[in-house]
Amino acid sequence: MAAVIDHPAGHDDHAHDHPHGWRRWLFATNHKDIGTLYLWFAFVMLLSGGVMALTIRAELFQPGLQYVNPEFFNQLTTMHGLVMVFGAIMPAFVGFANWQIPMNNFSFWLMPPAALLLIGSFFVPGGATAAGWTLYAPLSVQMGVGMDMAIFAVHILGASSIMGSINIVTTILNMRAPGMTLMKMPLFVWTWLITAYLLIAVMPVLAGAITMVLTDRHFGTSFFNAAGGGDPVMYQHIFWFFGHPEVYIMILPAFGIVSEIIPTFARKRLFGYSSMVYATASIAILSFIVWAHHMFTTGMPVTGQLFFMYATMLIAVPTGVKIFNWVATMWRGSMTFETPMLFAIGFIFVFTMGGLTGIILSVAPLDIQLHDTYYVVAHFHYVLVAGSLFALFAGTYYWLPKWTGHMYDEKLGKFHFWASLITFNITFFPMHFLGLAGMPRRYADYPMQFADFNAVASVGAFGFGLSQLIFLTAILKCIKGGQKATDQVWDNPQGLEWTVPSPAPFHTFETPPTVK
Amino acid sequence: MVMVPNASVAGRSSRSVLSNFAQLGNPVSRGVTGAKTLLGLATLAMTAPVWAVKDMVGGPGVNQINLTQGVTKIAADQHWIHNFLLWVCVAIFVAVFGVMFYSIWAHRRSRGAQSADFHESTAVEIAWTVVPFLIVVGLAIPATRMVIEQKDTSQADLTIKATGYQWKWGYDYLKGEGEGISFLSTLSTPAEQTALGSKAEKNETYLMEVDNPLVVPVGQKVRMVITANDVIHAWMVPAFGVKQDAIPGFVRDTWFKAEKVGTFRGQCAELCGKNHAYMPIVVEVKSQEDYRKWAAAQKAEMLAKADDPTKEWAQADLSDRGAKVYASNCASCHQPTGKGVAGAFPALEGSKVVLGKQDDQIALLLNGKAGTAMAAFKHLSDVELAAVATYTRNAWGNKAEDAIVQPKDFSAARK
Repeated sequence: MAAVIDHPAGHDDHAHDHPHGWRRWLFATNHKDIGTLYLWFAFVMLLSGGVMALTIRAELFQPGLQYVNPEFFNQLTTMHGLVMVFGAIMPAFVGFANWQIPMNNFSFWLMPPAALLLIGSFFVPGGATAAGWTLYAPLSVQMGVGMDMAIFAVHILGASSIMGSINIVTTILNMRAPGMTLMKMPLFVWTWLITAYLLIAVMPVLAGAITMVLTDRHFGTSFFNAAGGGDPVMYQHIFWFFGHPEVYIMILPAFGIVSEIIPTFARKRLFGYSSMVYATASIAILSFIVWAHHMFTTGMPVTGQLFFMYATMLIAVPTGVKIFNWVATMWRGSMTFETPMLFAIGFIFVFTMGGLTGIILSVAPLDIQLHDTYYVVAHFHYVLVAGSLFALFAGTYYWLPKWTGHMYDEKLGKFHFWASLITFNITFFPMHFLGLAGMPRRYADYPMQFADFNAVASVGAFGFGLSQLIFLTAILKCIKGGQKATDQVWDNPQGLEWTVPSPAPFHTFETPPTVK
Repeated sequence: MVMVPNASVAGRSSRSVLSNFAQLGNPVSRGVTGAKTLLGLATLAMTAPVWAVKDMVGGPGVNQINLTQGVTKIAADQHWIHNFLLWVCVAIFVAVFGVMFYSIWAHRRSRGAQSADFHESTAVEIAWTVVPFLIVVGLAIPATRMVIEQKDTSQADLTIKATGYQWKWGYDYLKGEGEGISFLSTLSTPAEQTALGSKAEKNETYLMEVDNPLVVPVGQKVRMVITANDVIHAWMVPAFGVKQDAIPGFVRDTWFKAEKVGTFRGQCAELCGKNHAYMPIVVEVKSQEDYRKWAAAQKAEMLAKADDPTKEWAQADLSDRGAKVYASNCASCHQPTGKGVAGAFPALEGSKVVLGKQDDQIALLLNGKAGTAMAAFKHLSDVELAAVATYTRNAWGNKAEDAIVQPKDFSAARK
């Protein structure tokens, strides 16, 4: 898609003689190499977070405690959330951004130390933080040194995100190819531009919140301690002011990827390009005024509940527009169903289910029943796993031939899709029932009446975990060899990346391409 | 399911998942023990035959798939609006994906489909912005009415304060019949059932049973004033349609008016540390007359049990009493062996604080230690605190200098 070019014409290029071996990666200045680093890092984190999830599901397979004690269970649920959000999903989208929208090296090399801090915190006295990924005070004030390590890790990841985002914004605004006006940019670039602004706006807010936790822990402040004049609920307001835009940070680039793929395989232009851009921007703006819908049970006044309920419901409108646009793009197309298309359609299908349960949860008087139950767990896994992760899979298969120069194994890809789609639903669909029946989330053990659906979810989770090994196999196989990919790869796809050879050369464009 | 007494019998019959779905709109006969066929694979692998489990009285049904109908108007309204929203969502889902799957079937290249060339239509785009907006407005109207109803805690007949502790609930009857009654409510599931690796058969009310349930009268508006002692907890009873975070240092309120006599159960719904799953809520709704009797008996019992904090106790008596206080308040962290958990909860065996001057231990018990999991225990009586201090000073081979701490020492420290 390279809507933007690597280097402006005539730039005095220092990287013509690029380093090899480990230096190529450590000192990487090539955006595609950095993108690759991000993607592999995200995949390793996905597997680590996945192992934590499977330990959780193994424990929850039956009532009673079989494998882990409740302290460690809480560490696992917390770290699963932190690792998946900050280690897997966000860096994976940044990896795509690096490949498609050139940017920098330092923000990547901040990530491995942060990951080491997070994973290493399991091995310090008291273990990793067990306060939930939201790190609510005052529970987070009680934790051991693992909590401090998590705080520093999130600080570093936040700094990395901010640097990366500034790069994306400046690259997109300053370095577009001649003729590439904003309203001609591929939607993936648009969604990342908006996402980058969200990141720049909210990562400092998160850093502020956890820094206040840190000073409450060690320096005698009382930001969140009522006895010293603070307020524990203030932490939640600050956290979710970051946390809700964060949800869109994880989904907007997914919208972008899907908006690239559907037109290619429908062989038809994207329906409603400009309304897609406006819908994305509306979602981003609305994301700043809905945060307290995560806090309906804190005991907000009537007017507060009503405001946040109405604002949340409104998000359904632009999100609906996107889904209708994708369906209209498919309508009267000439569709084929290669793996990227399957994952994109799978994305629309399951993401919409997550969106609809989101509408149900937005209704404040009903959320009182569902808040902090498995219904919420089901809801956000439908949007984050079947949403963000499926879009990442779709994008990987879509651009893999451009990255490696080989076609991936279509049979393996399709197997990966069907295995993932089916096991995903076996895992998370029963969680709606558990939540409606009142099973609270973050429980190491549960009453006997919840046993069957938990067992089903656990079986599905192991299936879903194993399915990702198919993904790994497909990628490794594609890197090693396979049918040569053409420059275009697919039938007449849109975007400048399809005009350069596969694999993309080290310097993507020697002279800037012109867009008509 | 069990919220409706006659239905819990009717619901026992074996039903398939499909018939459960068919019952979604019909709360009274909603099936609960079905889902066998779908779950065969999973249950085969399990050691305990799950089908022997029955619906929990006042708690979740076996494989319950919808919200409880509940025993308050609020819970019934929530049940109604959930079904309403669910069917609206199903309709949207079927409409959108009906179109999408038709397109996938009809507009595929393998069927010779040629792609059309349209890519925008202002009229259509305005329509599918306005229609969802109108649907959302339609959903917001009944929801607004319910928010206002749920937040109206005025004119209560009875006011009770619930306090979340790590990991139990405390109840104080503040206003109305039974005023002055106060007790703690702790999980009563035996430890051998909840222990790691336990093979013991589990109770039907496993993890949702307590020693002292909250008792309220039927048909009376009960205002719950909710707070916490240490971290945030949440007081939830699905049958009442109530969930309210318990926030340390702040009080928030909610209310319910139970329309049926019976026992109703809930659990803590905000992550509060390691025993989050082990601090359930049980509420007994009694008839007015039974409630009156219970309140009178409770008050008489409290009077008889009241300790005289000025009395000088013998060490053995204090230690005996302290062992019980320790078991229900301290053992979950510091362990019954007094050895604690390395890195997380300090050992009391050989502890400097326990073996040293009594003033330090008194201060620690009354105020807790900021920045750690050690909470303040000033809600315990002076006798209970003196008992547990004395017990720790003499248990597990501990030989403290001041072997005995008297209740009056705590009374003095509180001033």
